[in-house]
Parts: sequence; C-alpha cells; structure tokens
Amino acid sequence: MHEYSLVQSLVDRVETLVRERSATAVHRVVVSVGELAGVDPGLFRTAYETFRDGTVCERAALELRTVPASWACPACGRSIPPGEVLACSPCGVPARLAAGGDALLLETVEMEVP
Amino acid sequence: MCTTCGCGDTHLVPVELHEKILAGNDRVATHNREHFTAAGVLALNVMGSPGAGKTALLEATARASGGRWRMGAVSGDLATDRDARRLEKAGIPSRAITTGQGCHLDATLVHDALHGFPWEELDLFFIENVGNLVCPAIYDLGQAANVVALSVTEGEDKPLKYPVMFQAADLVLLTKCDLLPHLEVDVEQIRDGLRRVMPHPEVILLSAKTGEGIPAWVAWLEARRAALPRRHGHTHGPGGGHHHHH
Repeated sequence: MHEYSLVQSLVDRVETLVRERSATAVHRVVVSVGELAGVDPGLFRTAYETFRDGTVCERAALELRTVPASWACPACGRSIPPGEVLACSPCGVPARLAAGGDALLLETVEMEVP
Repeated sequence: MCTTCGCGDTHLVPVELHEKILAGNDRVATHNREHFTAAGVLALNVMGSPGAGKTALLEATARASGGRWRMGAVSGDLATDRDARRLEKAGIPSRAITTGQGCHLDATLVHDALHGFPWEELDLFFIENVGNLVCPAIYDLGQAANVVALSVTEGEDKPLKYPVMFQAADLVLLTKCDLLPHLEVDVEQIRDGLRRVMPHPEVILLSAKTGEGIPAWVAWLEARRAALPRRHGHTHGPGGGHHHHH
C-alpha cells in the first residue's frame, strides 16, 4: 500500500505552498485520481485522515475527483469501451488514453492568506 | 490584510495547481534517466509478483549473455539481500535496497543506491523492483523501459485484475512456461487479457529453466540497446559535458 507515501508527498507540497504564501489556514485540498493512476481513492482518503494530524492539512477537507479511463482511436476518434481490446481494428492503430485517466493530480489548494 | 477597510481579515484564495503529486519523484527520475542516457546504460525496471521469477530471469540473462554485456543490478527487497546475493553468484554485480515496510522502489532509493556502485561501466542495469503487482507501477525510476514478469502459474486473470501494472509495461515476460504441461492455463487467454489493458502489447513466453524464449528476450534487449542515444565519447572526465555523478 503506497497511499501513505503519496499523502506524505501531498502534505509536503501543501506545506511548501503555505510557507510561500504565508497562509494562516488551509480549508480544502482538491485531488483528481485517474482510474488507472494506481491509487485506491478509499485508501487515499483513509491515509489522508490518518496522516494529516499535526500538519497544515489538519483542518483541510479533502475533495477527491475520480477521472475514468477513457480510450479512443487517435485516428478516427471512435471511443473504445472498457474491457475491449485497446486497438482500433478499422484504423489498425493502438488506442490512446484520454488525459487524466492515469494521473494523480493536486488540482487546487484553498487557503487563507493575509 | 483586508484592503477594503484594513480590518486585518484574511482572504480565502483557491490556488490552482494541476500538478502531479509525484512531481518530486519524477524530478529525481528524470535526473537518473539523464545519467543513464549520458553513460549509454540501458536501465530496466523489472517488476512482477513475489515469485514471478524476476531473479531467475536475470540469472538466465547472465547465462545467455555469455559475457557479451556488462550487467549490474539493484534489487529491492523488504527485509533481505537474498536476491542481490543470488545475482552476485550469477556474475551480476548487485546491491540490495532494503525497503523495510516499503512496497515499492522510488527514484530517490535508486539514486542513492547508485552511489559507489560502478553503474556507469555497464551495458545493462537492472532495477529489480519489490515483488508486488500494484505499487511499483506508478513510480518512475528513470528507467528506459518497464519489464513485467508474469508467471504462467499466476492464472489467466492477472492482466485484467492489475491493469495499471500491465498498462505501464513496455514488455511482458510470461515466465515459467516449462510448467505449462502441468497446468490448466490457457496462454492465449493471458495474451487476450493483455491486449485489453495494453495499447502496445509486447509479450514473450519464456522459461529461465529450459531457455525457451530467451533468444527473443535477448533480441529485445539488443534492439533496446541499439535504440539508446549514442554515447558521446568520454563523458566522465572534467568538461565532459555533463556533471559527474556525485
């Protein structure tokens, strides 16, 4: 389970932001989790709830946005339904994953600044 | 401070970032990759379940190499240096990275393991990841390619169950194929599963024991080595164009 080390990276990044902007509080952290990011949203949340004590994120709500993995043919644009072979047979090319489907991104940090 | 009335209130601001949470790891991975590329070393991240045959694969590769390649390895293990010792015995200079509770290697662990290890003299550098079909997949280490070992004993459903790992693979090695006569496993079904999770499925069926498939694996390694950017003379000395590994 690597969700704890990911949450640690997240909190470290937020701490840097808080320092840079002399923020007095962090209210909300928004993270997007691609279906193929290799991250279990439930575990990520549990790890966050556990790890945030005593950090700048102690009172910050975590908003998780899940991004489905959507595959399409880069030539004709036809979407490849989940579970199908990841290629477009009429065009003879491999499918391409839409942006975000395999990413774990820190989207927004809402904080109080002077 | 609130500028409207000077009351000293703070403002709530949303800071839009849209950045990778693993950006820190990726920076170190890029640094590792630059080193490998500059030294002309083909670095491979070898992943797979515990017992998939990662160490046996490297041993078989050393036998097949017959001294043609200078090989080295670091191997991630939770608690022991057994894999590294096995590789040393097979003639592959190795170093263990003991991860403790860590379920994966990250770019910094690999970077630190390079210190004092003669990796620059190598043709092939194997990073044998911790046995795990989940966590290692998302950490870039600076490798040129990901190789996933999946033994035929693990069953036909693994590609569909662990899509992230296989999607990250540049090559899947179906290992222990010498056991197929004793198993009720349909290799075609494994290949079919891989086509549903890998847009560029490259698969080699092999046995480290009998040597079946090893020539195809060696050919893949040759092709990957040939695809490396050319080494530019001596890059190690002062003024060699890149900073020496410290």
